[in-house]
Amino acid sequence: MKTDMHTALKTDPNFHEPGRRFFRDFSPGDEFYEHLIEAHNGLSDEQSEALNARLILLLANHIGDLKVLREALGKARAST
Amino acid sequence: MGAYVNPIYPYKSPADLMSTPPLRKPLIVIGAGPVGLAAAIDARLQGLDVLVLDDDKTVSVGSRAVCYAKRSLEILDRLGIAEQACNMGVSWNIGRTFLEEDEVYQFNLVPDAGHKRPGMINLQQYHVEEMLIARALELGADIRWQHKVTAVTRHDDHASLTVETPDGTFAIEADWLVVADGARSPIRRHLGLDIEGRVFQDRFLIADVIMKADYPAERWFWFDPPFHPNQSVLLHKQSNNVWRIDFQLGWDADPEEEKKPEKVIPRLQAMLGDDRPFELEWVSIYTFQCRRMTDFRHGRVLFVGDAAHQVSPFGARGANSGFQDADDLMWKLGLVIKGQASEKLLDTYAHDRQFAADENIMNSTRSTDFITPKSRTSKTFRNQVLALAKHYPFARKLVNSGRLSMPSFLTESVLNTPDTDAFEGQMVPGAPMDDAPVQVNGQDAWLLDQVGKGFQVLLFVDAVPSPEVLAQIASCGSAPLRANAQPVQATPLIVATTPLNIPDVKVIVDSQGLVAKRYDARPGTTYLLRPDQHVVARWRTLDTHAVQAALARATGLNIGSHIGQA
Repeated sequence: MKTDMHTALKTDPNFHEPGRRFFRDFSPGDEFYEHLIEAHNGLSDEQSEALNARLILLLANHIGDLKVLREALGKARAST
Repeated sequence: MGAYVNPIYPYKSPADLMSTPPLRKPLIVIGAGPVGLAAAIDARLQGLDVLVLDDDKTVSVGSRAVCYAKRSLEILDRLGIAEQACNMGVSWNIGRTFLEEDEVYQFNLVPDAGHKRPGMINLQQYHVEEMLIARALELGADIRWQHKVTAVTRHDDHASLTVETPDGTFAIEADWLVVADGARSPIRRHLGLDIEGRVFQDRFLIADVIMKADYPAERWFWFDPPFHPNQSVLLHKQSNNVWRIDFQLGWDADPEEEKKPEKVIPRLQAMLGDDRPFELEWVSIYTFQCRRMTDFRHGRVLFVGDAAHQVSPFGARGANSGFQDADDLMWKLGLVIKGQASEKLLDTYAHDRQFAADENIMNSTRSTDFITPKSRTSKTFRNQVLALAKHYPFARKLVNSGRLSMPSFLTESVLNTPDTDAFEGQMVPGAPMDDAPVQVNGQDAWLLDQVGKGFQVLLFVDAVPSPEVLAQIASCGSAPLRANAQPVQATPLIVATTPLNIPDVKVIVDSQGLVAKRYDARPGTTYLLRPDQHVVARWRTLDTHAVQAALARATGLNIGSHIGQA
């Protein structure tokens, strides 16, 4: 599988936390995923959908770079 | 091809164990499963008298725990059956995960060369148990079959047991009692001890199938395959043409109905996709829980393996973590029984293995939540991770079809001496030791085969050390740590860049430079190693006082009362 070398969007594993050491490479990603699912715990489907929308907006503003965001939107739309 | 026939072990009358007042044994193990047997073998290797009581008269029925991880094989090397297990088992490193028909993720358990043992072997539990029983008997363990422990009473300095046999009931006492009686642990229940955690609402069908097939020795996992839509399937190769196939069924499945051959056979035919002949050796429906006891130590009673903690099967963290329990416990118990350490050292068994159990439960819970999503949103995320995994490496890393058993880094252990010098790499205090190829007396050998018999001081050199250094390293373990006790020895072991002739000290040659690389070692670097092949302290230069202080700490000399009931 090819990795896009000349794009701004990071698609290699990038989950990490400053000051913390992970001895297994899957651990930081698994931890994020656990938090993500936990955040939806007990919500209805509609509430989950709304949470996802808020989450995307928060993260998009944090990223800020429109070039990165356009690329992410394009890849999300294309990867089905 | 032919199904496995369980051996029957001979019953021996307990006449020699019956007495009034009751006999007092130094160590009794309840349960002759893999973990209890490992504990018994370790006890015998340390010269401890051990009595094993088991209510059955044979090994496991069905293949049960089939995946034995690299760390377990390293422990079994120390116990003396790894070679046999590896020769009979199917070694593998590669796991493939499929979505429908496409491969979306692949992992390699041991990506770097230069390790004695593979990432995993698959071998039916009954074969492993047979090997462990033969080894325990060879070493002089006293194993009694059809001896069912029906009551245990805890006392300050011993435990008393009631044992039921075909020849009647009798009482016996143990200074130390190791409870290895499995997930349902009648003894844990009898003592009314807590075990808490999560029950998962899903059912799985395990089938051991005897057939000729040329699938590679790899772990194959499918999400939503065409032959079993909307559920997961797992395939493992075992020894003697036995294949383990595991079908997710969902919570609504009827366990009695699903076990019937007329239900199982069409599922297998759909999967195999041809009309090859096969035979069913064993079929079972299981559910699972992720939970652990609050405390693995209750005075003189120590819980190990499934009796103390249970995980989902995705990740093979059950039997593998049980072996690590025995490995952690037995050197500590040996020192305590021989009077070389205070019994507080056993609190660190509970502390360290509860930490490891939490990590195992965390990983197996995460895998289970990925494999069996509990809500529509969770399922959407899971399926879209799989969709992105076809294109992007970050998503492949998130695909969680089981994070296979690897040992915990015991970084929180109070036995560790924290680093004062700078080191790169993973061999931090508390790390399970990484293996590497070495040479001993001109012969190819492995690092881990040179360690694991008591404490050891590893000194890296590039020339024959001065007589002063040799005198220093020899004196590291000479001070008695407790009044009226034999000193705890830390045996010197020199790792040299080239063959050196040093009298009275064992020298291993780092022939490929991989020991130095994996341990970030330079000449002068010194490691103190636990008897269970974990790093406990390290320095850039040898300092006898520092080593002695670290050894004292590693044997529990500095433990206050605060960690007792962690």
